[in-house]
Amino acid sequence: MLKGKHLIDLNEFTTDEVDEILELADKMVKNPLDYCEIAKGRILATLFFEPSTRTRLSFEAAMLRLGGQIIGFSSPDASSTSKGESLSDTLRTVAAYADIIAMRHPKEGAPRLGAKFIDAPIINAGDGGHQHPTQTLTDMLTIKSIKGTVSGLTIGVCGDLKFGRTVHSLIKAFSRYPGNKFILISPQELKIPQYIKTQVLEKNNIEFIETEKIDEVMGDLDILYMTRVQKERFFNEEDYIRLKDSYILDRDKMAMAKEDMIVLHPLPRVNEISYEVDEDERACYFKQVEYGMYARMALIAKLLGVDK
Amino acid sequence: MLVVEGVKNGIVIDHIKAGKGIEVFNLLNLGEADFHVALIINAQSKRLGKKDMIKVDNVMDLNLDLLGLFDPNITINVIENEKVTSKINLKLPQRVKNIIKCKNPRCITSIEPYIENEFELLDQESCEYRCVYCDEIYKIEK
Ligand SMILES: [Zn+2]
Repeated sequence: MLKGKHLIDLNEFTTDEVDEILELADKMVKNPLDYCEIAKGRILATLFFEPSTRTRLSFEAAMLRLGGQIIGFSSPDASSTSKGESLSDTLRTVAAYADIIAMRHPKEGAPRLGAKFIDAPIINAGDGGHQHPTQTLTDMLTIKSIKGTVSGLTIGVCGDLKFGRTVHSLIKAFSRYPGNKFILISPQELKIPQYIKTQVLEKNNIEFIETEKIDEVMGDLDILYMTRVQKERFFNEEDYIRLKDSYILDRDKMAMAKEDMIVLHPLPRVNEISYEVDEDERACYFKQVEYGMYARMALIAKLLGVDK
Repeated sequence: MLVVEGVKNGIVIDHIKAGKGIEVFNLLNLGEADFHVALIINAQSKRLGKKDMIKVDNVMDLNLDLLGLFDPNITINVIENEKVTSKINLKLPQRVKNIIKCKNPRCITSIEPYIENEFELLDQESCEYRCVYCDEIYKIEK
């Protein structure tokens, strides 16, 4: 039962619970109108102590499509925090108005703190560089919908694997299902943290390889998950110049991939995927945005307990 | 020579680093005890040169876990009928509140002073704790 739970870290949900959300989301994708009134009379508060228009709109669209209503703010100046109010006081106040809360906060652990003070379900919509569980649910739903499964896949993750939290949670999530294999593609400076290798991959006997070159592995992938590589992350200019083009996905690289490989990206992109790739049927990052809304719809419905 | 009577039934917390006895005393909240407690500072020690000790009479069930966190070299003897009947091996507590402070400047505990710093033990062997808010790792130095 997910009713009344908080979603702070996706790892705190069992695999069954995650599957339950994905299954409901799948039904919503197929018959959205069947669910357009289930949250009638309920209010979602979107508390964005740090702006993130995409994520906020996704939550708001999700609640509106369930027939519910929304309140909230989208920057810290709009909240009382700018007047020195504590986070717990803000949350307790909002909990008096809303049935469920989606919060984004620049400080890590902020939603965990909220969960200590209020009963209404809190959804972590991103806490600093820490967790962003609804992005992971989005990625899972996209893969499940397009590939028909979340097991037995060869998943390439490419770009900034050191600081990219979406990649870390993606790996954690897919390590819970059998037969998945990872190909970790990044420059030396931006390799995956050691703890992901030992605590997540090796611990679960997940096969993985690390490489700097995307070309060599392109043909093996079922999924290519791209992330941004920022110039300032490199230690020296030379490495940046040497590697910068090898992490830009273009038509030539796509030509090396399987016909049913799919490309995902948490967006926004800067230049890591050429616009020419957008026309390729395998480019699924805009579909991913749509699945993100359905994943949030299913999550809200489950936490409110209105999914029947 | 200062004489402190022996413990009949109770515990002796020994080999506390000299000067740290008062901290251990406060950690265990012994100032509020309604039983006999002796804090001995700068006792002679073969092992440490000087050491502090705490003797507690008639109480066996103090929460000693915190001591493992404070200094794993401390030894604890259980006394029954004036004889040492067992030694307690210090273990790190599963959860600690307000003893370790999170060092992550991005952690919510850095800006909301009313919340307790709270850590959960990750690994007894490597002495690692994890901040329950931001997952920052804290290693206890032996
Ligand atoms: Zn912390």
